[in-house]
Amino acid sequence: MRSAKFDALLSRYYTIIIFLIPALTIFTLFVVLPIGEAAYYSFFRWNGYGAPEKFVGLKNYEFLFKNRVFIMSLKNNFYIIAISLFVQLPFALLIALMISDKLRGAAFFRTVFFLPFILAEIVTALIWAYIYDGNYGLVAAIWGFFGAEAPFVLGDKDWALVAILIVIFWKFFGIHMMIYIAGLQAISKEVLEAAKVDGAGPITTAFRIKIPMLIPTIKLSVFLSLLGSLQLFDIIMPLTGGGPSNVTHSMVSYLYYFGVMRMKVGFGSAVGVVIFLICLFIAIGYQRTLMRDDNENKF
Amino acid sequence: MKTNFRTYYLYLLLFFLAGVIIIPLYVSVMGGFKHTGELRTNSLGLPIDWKFENYTSLLINSDFWLFLWNSTVYAVGTTFFVVLFASMTAFVFAHVKFAANKFLYNYFLLGLMFPFATAILPLFLRVRDFGLLGTSWAVIIPQIAFGLGFSIILFRGFFRQMPKEIFEAAVCDGCSYTQFYFRFTLPLSTPILATVSVITLTGSWNNYLLPLIMINDESLYSWPMGIMVFRGEYFTDWGKILAYVSLTLVPAVVFFFALQKYIVAGLTGGAVKE
Repeated sequence: MRSAKFDALLSRYYTIIIFLIPALTIFTLFVVLPIGEAAYYSFFRWNGYGAPEKFVGLKNYEFLFKNRVFIMSLKNNFYIIAISLFVQLPFALLIALMISDKLRGAAFFRTVFFLPFILAEIVTALIWAYIYDGNYGLVAAIWGFFGAEAPFVLGDKDWALVAILIVIFWKFFGIHMMIYIAGLQAISKEVLEAAKVDGAGPITTAFRIKIPMLIPTIKLSVFLSLLGSLQLFDIIMPLTGGGPSNVTHSMVSYLYYFGVMRMKVGFGSAVGVVIFLICLFIAIGYQRTLMRDDNENKF
Repeated sequence: MKTNFRTYYLYLLLFFLAGVIIIPLYVSVMGGFKHTGELRTNSLGLPIDWKFENYTSLLINSDFWLFLWNSTVYAVGTTFFVVLFASMTAFVFAHVKFAANKFLYNYFLLGLMFPFATAILPLFLRVRDFGLLGTSWAVIIPQIAFGLGFSIILFRGFFRQMPKEIFEAAVCDGCSYTQFYFRFTLPLSTPILATVSVITLTGSWNNYLLPLIMINDESLYSWPMGIMVFRGEYFTDWGKILAYVSLTLVPAVVFFFALQKYIVAGLTGGAVKE
């Protein structure tokens, strides 16, 4: 006789296996293993056909860090991160503080500022490629209004990256603003009331209460911003495609042009591993603060 | 009146900013109605001579619809499997006690830290070796794989907040885990199902890099690939390109207004306000 308890136990194991297998299989085969393989392939010179045989040790990495274009792409990613963290996020926070109050039209502004985020990055970049066009775009119109010959910013070595940074700012500040607004809404009304009764003005309240209570939210947005910046690709392609003279590559667009398009599996994987290590470094720094809450298993 | 003064500057800043956001979108949509010559002389104003041809020629272009259809297949296929597999996995993590529970959950969490770019080349080789190149699965399966981690976190968080009493009562009444999952968990989880679906749909719909790597066959192009090819063909014929851009922009904006709540919820950690 099978007992009810035995049946329940059987049902539990059955469930665990049936429910976990699809996700575990796909995740392992298409996320975890490829990362490991990238690390392995990065020690070979290989075009992807047959088995990787030509072991070159750290040569791929050596070449990478001597390569002017890659160093440039690394720098560009660094600039993107710097602008995101030190200009975009504070600005988003400022706007969030301004329009989360009982401002008339707050919902309208919130929606408008968030709008660019929902556009595909490719579309955003195409729109801006038009805006920046020295013959047809808005830049041309504005310069023309002052009677000046419009520059081709995207073709200018000194300005192309600035132009890309502006697009990034335009597209992503709204999502950070939205994250902050969600965080601000979670602050209890009583705390704010109490501050008001104690005679705190809006600026004191912002610096003494709101911003300190937003720290976890700010950490989240910094994390998202860092990882997003490191993986930037779609925005670069329609704007400059890495040009002029390869000065506006991000690490991922570098990987695409010099690894994927030329089917240099080993070399491309080395670029991927560098990106991975930077992400890992950042993620480890964040793990405690970000995932603490989620790692506690409360049954 | 100090307050009025401050409010005045605040609105000035906000309206200026709104202009910076809206004007590029506005000139794009209007640009699609303009002749190339007019784009040069009149980039800000309404079209003087409305040219509908840019839009109509696209709407009767079969490639345009084909690319939209392909992207729809990728998005719907990816979303269906992400929702199914991630919710099943999260259900086990949230409700079933077993030794490796925490370990396996962390295994999926770890995947969140893996940048997609790192895996591109090995991923391409795996898809090729599995014989999936030239099929929609070449895009769908990797997208499922990379969508699982975050979706599992969202589902698990939601399932754990559901009252335990229902679960205990149901199990006592002889309801199996599978029955419970289909009869109670899923029907009670519409907000989180919507959130995960919306994030996955938009992520797939806008994805450029993955189809770019996986798809060679033009009949399987996604619309972002299509729009880039189109750009290559009509390099400075901005009227045509802007019409294409606008036609993809309008559905995105409508979709956004309809489902704003879920998009925001997904990005802020799954807290859906009803």
